[in-house]
Amino acid sequence: MKRVLYEITESVRIALAQIRGSKMRSALTALGVIIGIIAVTLMGTAIRGINVQFNNSLAVLGDDILYVQKWPWHNVDDWWNYANRRPFYPEDAEALNRIIASTPNSQLDVAVPVAGRSSTVRSGDNLVSGVATFGTTADYGRLMTADFQTGRLFSETEANSGRPVCVLGSDVAEALFPGGTALDQTVTLRGQPLRVIGVMARQGSFLGIFSFDNQILIPLNTYRRQFNVRGGSLEIRVKLRDKLHLADAEEELTGAMRRVRRQVPGERDNFSINQQDAFKEQLGPLKEGMAFAGLFITGLALFVGAIGIMNITFVSVKERTREIGTRKALGARRRTILFQFLVEAVAICVVGGTIGLSLTFVACTAAQHAMPNLPIQVSWTLVASALVASVVTGIVSGFLPALGASRLDPVVALRYE
Amino acid sequence: MIPPLAPAAAREVRPVGPLVIAIGEVTKLYRMGSETIHALRGVSISIHRNEYLAIMGPSGSGKSTLMNMLGCLDTPTDGHYQFNGRDVAGMADDELAEIRNREIGFVFQTFNLLPRSDALRNVELPLIYAGVPPAERRERARMALESVGLGNRIHHRPNELSGGQRQRVAIARALVNRPSIILADEPTGNLDSRTGVEIMALFEQLYELGNTLIVVTHEEDVARHARRVVRLRDGLIESDGPSD
Repeated sequence: MKRVLYEITESVRIALAQIRGSKMRSALTALGVIIGIIAVTLMGTAIRGINVQFNNSLAVLGDDILYVQKWPWHNVDDWWNYANRRPFYPEDAEALNRIIASTPNSQLDVAVPVAGRSSTVRSGDNLVSGVATFGTTADYGRLMTADFQTGRLFSETEANSGRPVCVLGSDVAEALFPGGTALDQTVTLRGQPLRVIGVMARQGSFLGIFSFDNQILIPLNTYRRQFNVRGGSLEIRVKLRDKLHLADAEEELTGAMRRVRRQVPGERDNFSINQQDAFKEQLGPLKEGMAFAGLFITGLALFVGAIGIMNITFVSVKERTREIGTRKALGARRRTILFQFLVEAVAICVVGGTIGLSLTFVACTAAQHAMPNLPIQVSWTLVASALVASVVTGIVSGFLPALGASRLDPVVALRYE
Repeated sequence: MIPPLAPAAAREVRPVGPLVIAIGEVTKLYRMGSETIHALRGVSISIHRNEYLAIMGPSGSGKSTLMNMLGCLDTPTDGHYQFNGRDVAGMADDELAEIRNREIGFVFQTFNLLPRSDALRNVELPLIYAGVPPAERRERARMALESVGLGNRIHHRPNELSGGQRQRVAIARALVNRPSIILADEPTGNLDSRTGVEIMALFEQLYELGNTLIVVTHEEDVARHARRVVRLRDGLIESDGPSD
C-alpha cells in the first residue's frame, strides 16, 4: 500500500519535472485544454444564467396564481373553438369569490378580475407609449409579487368608486418624472388626469419580451369608464391557498367556473385555466435542447484539446522509450509506468483546466461589472465539474499511450535508439 | 585513490557461496518475419554467490540474449531457469519486475540515467519501486553514492558529471537495493581507457566486498578481470572456465 503511495508521489514528481522541462510544448498542449474548458464553462455559465432569468421571470407571474382566460398558454389547432368563447365579466370574479367563500376548506384564496390593454401615458411634455395598462380591484394587492417603491395600491373604496388614481411601474415613473418623485404627481391617460398614489419596485422583464416595469395599474371601474368597456375582455386571476395542492385547486376552480358560467354537464369548458408551469413545460424542452446543443458544440473544443493531450503523450512515450526500458529494468511494474504517463496527461489537463477556469471567472466578473443586470454566476458546481472534466479528459486521452508504454518489452525498449 | 590492479596470478579467488542462478538447457527462438532465429540453442550455467563472471562472444553469439535472460528481462522459449530457488521461466511481467528490482543490479553501457534527476534521485529509483520510505531511501542512496566515491556529487545531474562519474552513479544505483547479482553490459564501452580501468578497479573492490558480478563484454581486457569466463558461439557455450 505504501509502495503505491511512493509510486504515485514519484509519478507526480516526474510529471511536474517533465512539464517544467518542456515548457513550450506543455503550454501549447495545455492551451487546447484551456480553450476547451473556457468554452465549456462559459457555456455552462450562460445556460445557468438563462435558467436563472427564466425562473425569475416565471416567479414574477407567480407560482401560486391560476389565470382564467379565453385562450390557453399553448398553441391550439382548433382556434375556432376558443375564439367564440364568452368573455369574462367583473361579475364572474364576484360570483367566483362568493363560491370560494361558501366552500369549506377551499384550496382557493381570492379571485381578482384584471383587464389589460396598451395605452399612452403623459405628464407634461413627457410621454410614454405602449404602457401595459391594467384595471383591477383592491384585491390585486393580495396576489402581487412586487413590492412598492413608494406609496400603496388603491383601496377598496377608491376602486369601487372608480377614483382617478394610479400605480406606476418603475420604468414608467422614471420616464415621466426623470430624477423627480412621481408620488402625488398627476399623469394623463386618454385625457383623464390620474393621481399617482404608488410606484412599484423594479421587477425586470419576462423572458426579455414583456417588461413588468412598463405598466400602470388603475381601478377597474376607472378603466372601464376610461376605455368605454361594457363587457368582458378581462381575465380572472385566482390565488391559491397552498401551491403544493395545485392539482386539487385547479379541479376546484374548474368546477367553480363551470357554475359561474352556468355550463351544463357534458359541455366542454368554455374557459382555460393557465399556470406558469405551462410555460415551463413548453419552454423546458427548448431550453434543454439549447443547453445540450451548446454544451455539445463547446464540448468539441474540449475534445480537440483532448486529442492534443493524446498526441503529446504518444510523443512523450516514444521519446522516453529508453527511459521506460530503464525503469522496467530497475523494477517498475506495468501499473507504475501506466500511472506515470497518466499522471502526466492529467497534470497538463488540470493545469490547463485551472487556468481556463480562472479566465472564465475573470471574464464573468468583468461581464457582471459591465452589465449588472445579467444573471451571471460562477457556481461551485461549475468549478467542480470543470475540474472533473479536466481530470477525465486527461485520463481518457492519456490512457491509450500510457497503456502502450506500460506494455513495452523492456528488452526492446532498452535497445530503442 | 583507486588501487592499481594486481597481476592476475596474485589476485585472490574468493570461495564461492550458495547457488544463485541455475540455468538448464535454455533455448530462445525469435521470429524475424518468416525466419526463425535460434539465439540460444541449449545453454546451461550455474552461478554461485560471490562469483566474478565474464560472458564473452562475438556479435550474434547469443551473448545479449543470455544477458537479458540472466537479468530476467526476457524469458526462455524452453529450458529452466531458477533464481535463488525460484522458477523464473514461467513468470509474468510484474513478477519479473519484482525479481529485477530486488535481486538484480543493472549497469548499462550507456549508463541510462534519468537526465532530469540528480544523482541522488537516480540512485533512489529502485528503492521507490521497492517501497522503501523516503527518509531511509535518501540515506541508503547517499551511502551507495559515497561507496562509489561520489559523496560530494549527490546533487549533480548527469549532464554535470563526467562519463566515469555517470557510470559510478549507475553502479551506485545497481548496488542500492543490495541485489543478489550485479549485471553489467559492456560497462566500459562508452568510456576512455583510463576511466575504464577505474571502473574495473571499482568492480574489483565490489567483488572483494562479497558481491556477485556478471560482466558481459567483447573486450578481452575487461574479461581478464573476472575470475571465470564463459564464451558463447552460435547460441552455445564454447568454453566455461577460470580466466587466464
